[in-house]
Amino acid sequence: MTVPAVEITGVSKVFGTGGSGDVHALDGIDLVVEAGQFVSLIGPSGCGKSTLLRLIADLLEPTTGDISVYGKPARAARRDQDYGIAFQAAGLLEWRTVVGNIELPLELHGISKRDRRARALELLELVGLPDFASHRPSQLSGGMQQRVAIARALAEKPPLLLMDEPFGALDEMTRERMQAELVRICTETQTTVVFVTHSIPEAVYLSDRVVVMSARPGRISRIVDVELGPRVEGTRESTAFFAKITEVRAGLRGGPRAGQVAVGEHPIGVVDSR
Amino acid sequence: MNRRSGSRPDLSHVLPPIVAGVGFLLLWQGFVVARKIQPYVLPKPTAIWDQLTANAAGILQAAKASGTNALVGLLVGSILAIAAAILAARSRLADELLTPVAAAVNAMPIIALAPLFNTMFSSTSAVPRRLVVSVVVFFPVFVNTARGLRQIDPVHQELLQSYAATPWQLTRTVRLPGALPFVFTGLRLASSPAAIAAVVSEYFGGLQTGLGSRITSAASNTAYPRAWAYVVAACALGLSFYLIALLLERIAMPWRVHRTS
Repeated sequence: MTVPAVEITGVSKVFGTGGSGDVHALDGIDLVVEAGQFVSLIGPSGCGKSTLLRLIADLLEPTTGDISVYGKPARAARRDQDYGIAFQAAGLLEWRTVVGNIELPLELHGISKRDRRARALELLELVGLPDFASHRPSQLSGGMQQRVAIARALAEKPPLLLMDEPFGALDEMTRERMQAELVRICTETQTTVVFVTHSIPEAVYLSDRVVVMSARPGRISRIVDVELGPRVEGTRESTAFFAKITEVRAGLRGGPRAGQVAVGEHPIGVVDSR
Repeated sequence: MNRRSGSRPDLSHVLPPIVAGVGFLLLWQGFVVARKIQPYVLPKPTAIWDQLTANAAGILQAAKASGTNALVGLLVGSILAIAAAILAARSRLADELLTPVAAAVNAMPIIALAPLFNTMFSSTSAVPRRLVVSVVVFFPVFVNTARGLRQIDPVHQELLQSYAATPWQLTRTVRLPGALPFVFTGLRLASSPAAIAAVVSEYFGGLQTGLGSRITSAASNTAYPRAWAYVVAACALGLSFYLIALLLERIAMPWRVHRTS
């Protein structure tokens, strides 16, 4: 029995001070992410998927419940750098070169100059930008910046990678290429990934499991196991791929297993609180 | 707003101010000659030029004395201002203490303190002038740096938090470099006033080495064109401080120059 990468038990998150204006972002979340899995969180805006990712990252604290990462509390996992993180905005430091940006986490954690330079160059190779080490972020396209951000997230060889819509701002062509790259990188590095997205094909293409969430309060409404095997050229055109897309879409619409007839934007009884 | 297409000045940028300046001098000269204006009212530019060349060595020496005071004051004031801004960005209490004090000091006519400083220190000391300059410089550098330090990209904040970075690591790797454009805006705003403060604070006695004391002594000897020559040198000093600040800004932030298209 191996320890799961992420174990979330009975987690809820309320933003606010306890008054009537409180926002119940997440409620009753239970989720286990096994080591080596690629898990996507998908759902409408306001379903708390980004909040859930930030809870795992210990950038936010849960109101109730427990989160453990590789058997440790989330805070200890953050201190031990058990995860790397990438956001929708690449968030590169414009005053550092590409290689300087990748070195940032290593530098903060006292890795020697020679070792971190070697690691950064190795990562640039991995993300396909070996010739851009001394460029400035402003000289790179959006897709290239995002590759650098992914390289930076992988700098300390974290067993877990957390990604918050990292391809959300990219055009469709770049996006598909980046998805294929990410699958390759994660397979090569044996990294566990929790990936937030609002794109159904993206979630299905990338994931072993797709966690479908519903909003207000954020809950897990269904978990779809995607068994498509190794991703190849034709994966996106396969019948199995489309079947999974249909299944995830049904989950998002609040299908039978979600329990409600319609999980709409304005459930009855909430009208007076707006 | 900071996107300049390149650092090389081309002729179309340099020519208009030169033409305007030469035109202005010609008008000035023509006006003084035509209206037969006395030199104690307004000397001819050519007379000022004659004085400039005749006293070149003395002017340079005086400019060096005033310039040194301005530079020392600028450095001391800026370092204190940047340190205070870092403190204000780190602690709310420090912010609430320092910001109103800085604003109050800025509202004071600081140069009016020069005679008081002169009596505080010995009359052969350069300290009073440097002190005045430091006080003048403090406010613009402090306000701009503090604003720059407060403006942090939320993504960078979360990223550094995910690295379990210490507050000082956050300041050093993200806040300070991110605030550099603001620091240099403050330095640029402070540079010319620093030179002006150094010159004007000499009007109130004390050491007789700088441009300001030469202006007052020339004027009291009714040598007006010579006084004007020293005024021109003071203008040049202020301008060169500004240009040096501008140059340093470019050197310190190469990533800003790279921003083309």
